[in-house]
Amino acid sequence: MARISASVYTSHVPAIGAALDLGKTAEPYWQPVFQGYDFSKQWLKEQKPDVIFLVYNDHANAFSLDLIPTFAIGTAAEFAVADEGWGPRPVPKVIGHPKLAGHIAQSVIQDDFDLTIVNKMDIDHGLTVPLSLMCGHPKAWPCPVIPFAVNVVQYPAPSGRRCYMLGKAIRKAIESYDEPLNVQIWGTGGMSHQLQGPRAGLINKEFDTDFLDRLIADPEGLSKMPHIDYVREAGSEGIELVMWLIARGAMNDVNGGSKPPTVRHRFYHVPASNTAVGHLILENN
Amino acid sequence: MSLDKPYTDVPGTTIFDAEMSRQGYHLNQFCMSLMKAENRARFKADERAYLDEWPMTEDQKLAVLARDLNRCIALGGNIYFLAKIGATDGKSFQQMAGSMTGMSEDEYRNMMVGGGRSIEGNRYIGEKK
Repeated sequence: MARISASVYTSHVPAIGAALDLGKTAEPYWQPVFQGYDFSKQWLKEQKPDVIFLVYNDHANAFSLDLIPTFAIGTAAEFAVADEGWGPRPVPKVIGHPKLAGHIAQSVIQDDFDLTIVNKMDIDHGLTVPLSLMCGHPKAWPCPVIPFAVNVVQYPAPSGRRCYMLGKAIRKAIESYDEPLNVQIWGTGGMSHQLQGPRAGLINKEFDTDFLDRLIADPEGLSKMPHIDYVREAGSEGIELVMWLIARGAMNDVNGGSKPPTVRHRFYHVPASNTAVGHLILENN
Repeated sequence: MSLDKPYTDVPGTTIFDAEMSRQGYHLNQFCMSLMKAENRARFKADERAYLDEWPMTEDQKLAVLARDLNRCIALGGNIYFLAKIGATDGKSFQQMAGSMTGMSEDEYRNMMVGGGRSIEGNRYIGEKK
């Protein structure tokens, strides 16, 4: 059977993609950001996942205001890189895993989570920046990726609680897939940031630190934090952090396992452009 | 029953909810059209003519022409859509965000390098700093 071996959490700032694509990673401004991922790149190479289930949000690239799915699972064989207005990032296209994605959709929908199934969509920096941070500049991404897009553009995003419970349903689906795949689940976005209005530039290190602590040790309690706390404390775009709870909800310890996950890596840095960068790697035991 | 909006007392922040989305539909869809290189070129060649192809309000068009992002947001624009205008102008997200704060580009950048805008005094409208 397939199993989830680890979860990865990371911010997905567009400027990080630009810095990578323009060869600025060694500049004093960017060096501390990328240094935070040196361990992670090596770790991913050693882990050799067969599939990455990647939770992210689209930033008005695949989905305009014509269609705003709360949860959308990418079931296509491949996904092209979106032109977000600056031209597409020079990174490989993403190869999907239609069979596992279809299995997850069928299982999760029957488990009461009404996903939107997407057979054609471009993927934006929300998905490609985490891959770049974790993989560097490969000619092809190391394994198939199942894109899972969450609406955080039009209020309300799904609640943290809903995301956490969905993570559990996704886990159940993956563990009932009868090929022995090593699957990782990634939650991306955040941490504190606000991109709009006179309060733009908001960073709340205390909130972020507490969020990381609780994500590790008390995800159940953290999942009950209401939207308004994210907006007020972590900025209007900080609400992306609910996506981390999907990945966390899929881990062993909150699904009947007896041992907490191992914190393989933890990193936090301010700033990347407008945003606080947070990153965690949790391994199942 | 009207929409529950617990977020209207957050200073300097507009939450893009159903009402804003309805108000800004055409403005945001115009922005979306700038994802195509040929549309970016047409917009740059004659901004007013390009905007006139969209059923936007005159206020929305003037806000776009002035690159007044705060005004665009007040009229229903969403930052992820408005970012396409900035991209068309060759601006970074930091330049766009900074332009809404009344700070110069350098001031905003330095604030971010210094740890960002503090949450203290920025949780509630009218709160003492």
